[in-house]
Amino acid sequence: MKGLLIISALGIIAMLAEIFKFKKLLLPIVLLGIVAAYAFNFMEWNTSMSISYFDNMIAFDKMGIAFSGIILATAFFWFILANDYFEEDSNTVDHFALVLFALVGALMLTSFKNMTTLFLGIEIMSIPLYVLAASKKKDLKSNEAGFKYLIMGSFASAFLLFGIALVYGATGSFDIMQIRTYVSANSQSLPLFFNVGIVMLLVAMCFKVSAAPFHFWAPDVYEGSPTLITALMSTVVKTAAFAAFLRLFMVGFAGVSEMWTGVLAVVVALSLVIANFSAAMQNSVKRMLAFSSISHAAFMLMIILANVRSNLSVNALIYYSLAYSFGSIAAFGIVYNVTRNGNQNTDAFNGLAKRNPTMAFCMAVAMLSLAGIPITSGFFAKYFVFTAMITTPYKWLLILAVITSAVGAYYYLKVIIAMYFKTQVAETETIQVEKSQTLVIVLTTLVTLVIGIVPGLVANMFKV
Amino acid sequence: MLTLLLITFPLLAALILFLAKSKTSKTIALALSVVEFIIALAAFGLYKHNPDACQLWFNVAWVQSLGIHFNVAINGMSLLMILLTTFLVPLIILSSFKNEYAKEYNFYGLIFVMQMALIGVFTANDGFLFYVFWELALIPIYFICLVWGGENRGAITFKFFVYTLFGSLFMLVGLIYLYNHTNVEGLKSWAINDLYTAGRSLTETQQSAVFWLIFIAFAIKMPIFPLHTWQPNTYVNAPTQGTMLLSGIMLKMGTFGVIKWLLPMVPLGLEKWGATAIGLSVVGIVYASCIAIVQKDYKRLIAYSSIAHVGLISAGILSANQQGIQGALMQMLAHGVSVIGLFLIADILLRHTGTRDVDKLGGIRSMNGNFALLFLIIILGAVALPLTNGFIGEFLLINGIYQFNAWAAAFAGLTVILGAVYMLRSYQNIMLGERKDSHIAFGSLASSDKWVLYIVVIVIIAFGVYPKPLNDIAEESVKQLMLNLK
Repeated sequence: MKGLLIISALGIIAMLAEIFKFKKLLLPIVLLGIVAAYAFNFMEWNTSMSISYFDNMIAFDKMGIAFSGIILATAFFWFILANDYFEEDSNTVDHFALVLFALVGALMLTSFKNMTTLFLGIEIMSIPLYVLAASKKKDLKSNEAGFKYLIMGSFASAFLLFGIALVYGATGSFDIMQIRTYVSANSQSLPLFFNVGIVMLLVAMCFKVSAAPFHFWAPDVYEGSPTLITALMSTVVKTAAFAAFLRLFMVGFAGVSEMWTGVLAVVVALSLVIANFSAAMQNSVKRMLAFSSISHAAFMLMIILANVRSNLSVNALIYYSLAYSFGSIAAFGIVYNVTRNGNQNTDAFNGLAKRNPTMAFCMAVAMLSLAGIPITSGFFAKYFVFTAMITTPYKWLLILAVITSAVGAYYYLKVIIAMYFKTQVAETETIQVEKSQTLVIVLTTLVTLVIGIVPGLVANMFKV
Repeated sequence: MLTLLLITFPLLAALILFLAKSKTSKTIALALSVVEFIIALAAFGLYKHNPDACQLWFNVAWVQSLGIHFNVAINGMSLLMILLTTFLVPLIILSSFKNEYAKEYNFYGLIFVMQMALIGVFTANDGFLFYVFWELALIPIYFICLVWGGENRGAITFKFFVYTLFGSLFMLVGLIYLYNHTNVEGLKSWAINDLYTAGRSLTETQQSAVFWLIFIAFAIKMPIFPLHTWQPNTYVNAPTQGTMLLSGIMLKMGTFGVIKWLLPMVPLGLEKWGATAIGLSVVGIVYASCIAIVQKDYKRLIAYSSIAHVGLISAGILSANQQGIQGALMQMLAHGVSVIGLFLIADILLRHTGTRDVDKLGGIRSMNGNFALLFLIIILGAVALPLTNGFIGEFLLINGIYQFNAWAAAFAGLTVILGAVYMLRSYQNIMLGERKDSHIAFGSLASSDKWVLYIVVIVIIAFGVYPKPLNDIAEESVKQLMLNLK
C-alpha cells in the first residue's frame, strides 16, 4: 500500500517539476521513488496476512505484492531506458506524470478486492496510455494509434462496466470474496444474466490483455506508438492486466469455472493460431513483437484456464510475467536503438552482430527466450504452462500450442538470422547505445538467463 | 563426480576460448579436447574396474519443488557414447586446421558447448535434464551452421532449427505427460526409473500416444523417413566440422534416445507401433540408398548414405532384442568414426581440386597413392567389409531385425548391397581412371589431414579386428536394458 501511495505522490511531484524548475532532477527522483516503493512493497511481503484498506476495496496480499514487485522492477528498468524519450520534446513532465499514473493503475489492479477498484484501476492505467500512445504529436501513425486505442479501449471499458453491473445484479455484491461465497452457496439458482455478465467481463479482460479475437487494436497501436511506450504497454500493462484477470477469475468465479473455461479455450486457440501465423508474415519488427505479445497472452491465459484454484497457477503466472517482461524490455530497448533511423523492418537488424556484438547477443538471448528455448527463462515459462495444461481436459490446446510454438520460432529466428547472417546493404556504421541503456539491456538479459538456470528463485514463491 | 567433470570441463573450455580470443585458438582447442578425452578414458577405466563406482553418478536437486534433479550417471551405453563423443571432437578440431574461419575462437567455443550438451544428453538420468540438454545441443550447432555455413545457409539452418524444435516440443509434452503420472509417495518425479514405472502403468492407447510424441523428436534428429527432408541440405551447407558434429555425434542422440528414453518407457506402445516405425526405417534405407547412387555432389552422397545407415540402426533398435540393440550400439560407434573420415575426404577433395562433383573428378590415385589407400580403407569400413569396424554392428543389426521379421531384414539387408554400389562407384569415379580435367592437380596432404585420416583408419581396422572390449560393454548394458523391457 505504501508503494502505491509513493508512486501516486511521485506523479504529483512530476507535475510540479515544471513550475518549480527541477526538470533535470526528475528522473533521479522518480528512480529513487520507485526503489523506495519497491522496498516498502518488499517489507509488506513479510507481514504475514494481507492488510485491507478502505473497507476492503483494496488489499495487498502476497499475490498482489509479488505482481507489484514485478511491475515496479520492470518500471525501474523502463525509466532508465526511456531517458531519451523524455528528453525528446517539450512536454517532459507531463509524460512523466502520465506514466506514473498508469503505474498507479497497474498497482491497483494487482491488489483489488472489489470490482469498483478493478474498474478504477483499469481506467487509471488506460487513460494515460491513450495519451502516451499518441505522444508523437506530429506523426500520423502515432495519432492513429492513440485514437484507435481510445475508441477500442472505451468500448472494452463499457463491456467491463456492463459485466460488473450484471454480476452485481445476480449476486448483490461488488466484493469478489462475497461473490465467491454467494456463487458457491447458490450455484444452482444463478440467473442467466449472471453468465452473460461473466462473459462480458471475460471479453473486456481479453481486450485488455489483447487476446484474439479482441486483439485488432494491438498491432496498430504497438506499431504506431513511440517504441518505448510500446515497451511499457507490453510489459507493465500486460502484467497488471493479467494479475487482475487471474484474481478476478481465480478468486471470484472459480466456483463456476466449467462455465467460462470453454469460452477461454476458444479464445486461447484463436490467439495462438492468429497471432503466430500473422507474426510470421510481418516485416516490421514492432508489429511482429505485437503479434508475439498476443501469442504470449494466449500462453498466460492457458495458465488461468488450466488450474483455476491452486497456487501452482499463481507461481506459473508470476514466473511467466517476469520472464516475458524482462525479455521484452531487452528486446524493445534494442529495437528502439536499432530502428532510430526510421526503418522498422527486420532488415534494420542486418549485420548487427558486426555493428554491435553486445546488442546482437542480448537480442539473440531475448528472442530465444521469447521462443522458449532452454536455458532462458522463456523455456521454463512455457514448461510451467505445459505442466499445468496436461492435467486439464484441454489437451488438444497443448498440441496446438506446440505446433504454433514451432511457427513462433520462425519469426524470432528471422531476427537472429538477420543479425548474424545478413550483411547490411547501405552504410556499415556501428550502432551507439547509451551507457545507461546498455546497462539495462545487459542486466535484463542476465536476469533472463539467471532465472532460466535457477528457476527456483522465482518459481516457488507460493507453496503448492 | 567424474561425470560432472565430463560435463563441466567442455563448458570451461568454451569459456576459456570465448574470453581469451586467442590467435592460437586451434591449438588450445585441440589440447583441451584431448584432456577431455583423457577424462573419458579415466571414466572408462573406472567403469571396467568397478561398474557401480560412485564417482560415476552425481545427483543434486535443481528445482526441488518440481522434482527436477541434476542427476547424471554413466552406464555401459552412455560410456560408449561418451567415448565416441570425446574421441571424435579432437579429430573434428584437428580436421579443421586447414580451414580458416573468421572469429575462430567462437567457432571452437561453440564446438565445446555442443560437446557439453551432448555428454549431458548421454548421461542425464532425469527426464527434464535430458530435455534441457537435448535442446541445448541445438543452439551451438545452429550458430555454427548459420555463421560459418555455405551459400543460402539462412533458409537451410532455419528449416533445420524449426524442424527439430517442433519434434522436441512434442517430446516435451510426452515427457510431461509421463511425469504427471509418476507417483513417488504422493510426489511427482522426473527420475528416469519413475518415468519408466509411470509409462508402464498407462493403458495401451495412452502408451501409443506417448510413443509417437517422443518418437517424433528422435525420428527427426536421426532422421527417419519421411522426416529427413531437413538433413541433406543442412549437411551439405554446414561447415565440414558442423557436418561432422551433426552426423558423427548428434545423430546418435536420436538413436540413443530411443534406446534409453523410449523402449523401456512404453512397452505396449512399442508392441503396437514398433512394426510401423521399423517399416518407416526400412523404407528410409532403400529410399536414401537409391538417391545416394545418383548423387553428383560427394558430400550430399555421404549425407544420404547417413540416412540409410541410421535407418538400419533404428530398425535394429526398434526390433527390441539383444542382437538388434547391441548391433545398434556397435554400429553407432562405427558409423561415427567412418563418417568423420568420409566428410573430411569430401572437404579435402574440395580444398585440393575446387569441386566435389563425382563426375568431374578422376584419376586422383595416380597423383596421390597414399590418399587413395586411406580413402579405400575408410570406404571399406563404411560398406562393412569383415575385419573393418562396420561389419560387426551391421551383422548384429540384420540378425536382430531378422528375429523380428524376415522380410524387414531382407529389405534392410539391401543397405549392404546398395551401400557397396554407391560407395565403390563413387570411389571408382573419383580416384581411378583417367584425369577428366587436366587443370585439377592433387598434391600431398596437409599433415593435420593426414593425422586425422591415419587415426580414423587405425581405429577402423583395430575395431574391426578386435571389437571385444567395446562389445563387452555394450553387451552388459544391453542385458540390463533387456531386463527392463520384459
